Amino acid sequence: MEKRVTFKGIWLPLLLVLPQLVVTAVFFFYPAGQAVYQSLFIPDPFGLSMKWVGLGNFEYLLGNSYYRASFVTTAVFSTLVTVVSMGVALYLAVLADRLIKGSGVYRTLLIWPYAVAPAVAGVLWLFMFNTRVGVVTWYLGVLGYDWNHVLNGEEAMGLVVVASAWGRISYNFLFFLAALQAIPRSVVEAAAIDGARFWTRFRTIVWPLLSPTTFFLLVVNIVYAFFETFGVIHTITGGGPQQSTTILVYKVFSDGFVAQDLGSSAAQSVILLVIVGALTIVQFKFIERRVHY
Amino acid sequence: MATVSLKGITKSFGKTEVIHGIDLDIADGELIVIVGPSGCGKSTLLRMVAGLETVTGGEVQIGGTRVNELEPMDRDIAMVFQNYALYPHMSVFDNMAYGLKIAGTPKAEIAERVGEAATLLQLEPYLKRRPRELSGGQRQRVAMGRAIVRKPSVFLFDEPLSNLDAKLRVQMRLEIKQLQRRLGVTSLYVTHDQVEAMTLADRMIVMNAGRADQIGAPLEVYTNPQTEFVASFIGSPPMNFLPAKMAGDAPRGAATLGIRPEHVKIAQSGVQGTVLYTEALGAETLVHIDLPDATRVTVRQDAAAPPPREGETVSLEWDAGDRIFFDAQGSRC
Amino acid sequence: MAGVDSGMVEKRGLGRWMTHLGLIIGLLFIFFPIWLAFVASTVTQPEIVKPPMPLLPGGHFFENYRRALVSGVNAPVAWMMLNSLIMALGIALGKIVISLLSAFAIVYFKFPGRRLFFWLIFMTLMLPVEVRIVPTYEVVANFGMLNSYSGLIFPLIASATATFLFRQFFMTVPDELAEAARVDGARPMRFFWDILLPMSRTNIAALFVILFIYGWNQYLWPLLITTDPSMNTIVMGIKQMFPSGDDTADWPVIMATSILAMIPPVIVVISMQKLFIRGLVDSEK
Repeated sequence: MEKRVTFKGIWLPLLLVLPQLVVTAVFFFYPAGQAVYQSLFIPDPFGLSMKWVGLGNFEYLLGNSYYRASFVTTAVFSTLVTVVSMGVALYLAVLADRLIKGSGVYRTLLIWPYAVAPAVAGVLWLFMFNTRVGVVTWYLGVLGYDWNHVLNGEEAMGLVVVASAWGRISYNFLFFLAALQAIPRSVVEAAAIDGARFWTRFRTIVWPLLSPTTFFLLVVNIVYAFFETFGVIHTITGGGPQQSTTILVYKVFSDGFVAQDLGSSAAQSVILLVIVGALTIVQFKFIERRVHY
Repeated sequence: MATVSLKGITKSFGKTEVIHGIDLDIADGELIVIVGPSGCGKSTLLRMVAGLETVTGGEVQIGGTRVNELEPMDRDIAMVFQNYALYPHMSVFDNMAYGLKIAGTPKAEIAERVGEAATLLQLEPYLKRRPRELSGGQRQRVAMGRAIVRKPSVFLFDEPLSNLDAKLRVQMRLEIKQLQRRLGVTSLYVTHDQVEAMTLADRMIVMNAGRADQIGAPLEVYTNPQTEFVASFIGSPPMNFLPAKMAGDAPRGAATLGIRPEHVKIAQSGVQGTVLYTEALGAETLVHIDLPDATRVTVRQDAAAPPPREGETVSLEWDAGDRIFFDAQGSRC
Repeated sequence: MAGVDSGMVEKRGLGRWMTHLGLIIGLLFIFFPIWLAFVASTVTQPEIVKPPMPLLPGGHFFENYRRALVSGVNAPVAWMMLNSLIMALGIALGKIVISLLSAFAIVYFKFPGRRLFFWLIFMTLMLPVEVRIVPTYEVVANFGMLNSYSGLIFPLIASATATFLFRQFFMTVPDELAEAARVDGARPMRFFWDILLPMSRTNIAALFVILFIYGWNQYLWPLLITTDPSMNTIVMGIKQMFPSGDDTADWPVIMATSILAMIPPVIVVISMQKLFIRGLVDSEK
């Protein structure tokens, strides 16, 4: 789509795009370029010079069992976060959509977690499951379950998944509710007259009509789980125990800033960059399709 | 007040020429209607006069001065758009005053001029409202008001009535005509509606595929069309076209014989045809007749005359003087 | 509504109560962590460290919050909130301003390099700051912008989501409006200021909500570049309040800070709910 361009001039538009161009060049393209550049070197131990290693950093990474483990961790983590968060959100949205009155009140309450920063969400959940003072830990103890996510990797994973999914429910809920409310009443009524019970109607009519939204949320949630959950992990587990919750973004951070391994961190950035790029392309392809749906 | 002259105007978008040289002289105070089917280039022509499109070739003059290179605001024109183009966030008053405000007109004068225009257009009760709180006809008036307050030398109208319903259109047509007469401002008016063109125009220019097929007073164009296109476009129902060979005395080179529906009479003798159906419109009746060669002829007859039955065979006749002949290229001959 | 009632029998009677019950269970899941944090922020440290802690608020609300706001652990929380506010406002306003300008240029002008520019900023959609974190840190460090507001703000402005949103909106503005303004004598910037900007008010407000929350909730970036406690933002500052080693955390103050950290964005979201939802849905389209 093109607008009938209506104003003349060359300098004015260039001046108008200049601020964005400068900010983007300095804080986006230059660093992104640096990431690619640095990924091809390793610094000497004193940080005085850089040694060209070509794809060496990448080869090293792909051969590194910790890095490969981090891939698996990321896959498990983002799948779980996406499924839990979307599942709960869909369940709540379907219920709220069934109400003729009062869905607005629930909506107002359910969007709270959106405003809660992932890092704060992490602190809230950490507090509940804290090994010493956590309320939930204590009651689990009463029930005979010894919760300790500091030592148990699976429990740690469970905790960061729930805390991350919790913060994302609002977002998914809003999109699902909007999509549900966009389904014409008459379609659902026609099915009801055809004798379909609630569950049948959901399975055969509502769910297929929701599929564009579902797919969109799937992509968006995976991106969320990849990047925006850093705060949750950093506050709750710090990547541990034994790297069992070290997702890729966390590893970029810990290798780059904690271990100061710049070459490896940059190479990881480049790998992430490729993954996000692919996800974005999938998303845009899909949005094109959604227009025609 | 000013004259407008178009001299050999052409327009190309990329390599495609869409307007192929238009010449026109508009007298001071004249209302010229540019009429034609969609895509004939009439809006483009108007927008070139406005300065919203660049002129590829030729010259636009307003008041005797070349304006090709001037910005719209420097051409001393005002324009009424098809969708009115009112600023949605401004009140009616502010919409009308905007141009004056930019020109730095003193506040008191703005108020006075907007007030005058509002009185003229019966908009006073609505000055504080936003465009979305107005009806279609009122919005149309605001758009006119915005043009009037600037006291331009030329009004440009780009299909200003096509977003209104039929009844309002007839009413607004009349108002525009009266307003233009009263203000005496030279006007260019674009429409695809030939009735609008006939009723409004001092002179009309009938455009066809980027060319001006004919320029003239409405009745002159109606009775004396220069091309087959003009003959078919102006007049409703359109002119009947028959093979020229049906007339024994056709001039050399004639391919088509044109005859207006009101000039065809059902008679005792003449060309024979079968009545397909009749349409009684109240004051008149349209009779559609198929000739043996499958040519369709429409006859417009007075409602008082007895209509033939459908399926009946009738004879048609007309005066030789009412016939118009066109050659194979559609030009008059 | 007779048709709806006859078709949707389940919506009445028992079914409706089950629906409410289901939603209330959901609300409990959502609000329990927040409730617990609030309770913890109103009791004393000994009440918390001897589990189980109480589930109803205690009487130390004012004491705990005053302690957090005025002294905090490393820096007064009031100070950190101010930092967060400046950062969030800076990101929201900065991004809106540069995006409005560049979207205006892209939509209403034809200038050399327009397509190139368009694709350049399009690419920025793909890469969150987390991916280019190390080199971006170096750039900011080289500019001497560590521990500064500009260091907190600028790198997070460098993304084009807002530009795309405005571009999309400008495309829906009828061409005739710009032409009418031209005939009225408005130069480009006058049109931008008098017509386009007022027409974009709702979009600007909706985007503001989204960006304010985005800025307020930033964690990793402020964590990296603000080493000076007086520059800490509240969201990252909470983590800094945990003692290293085996000391016991000052839970009442930490939880009071957590509540304080969520109040401004919650107020923004709830009070501008309609705009927020619109902004959310639009910006993802």
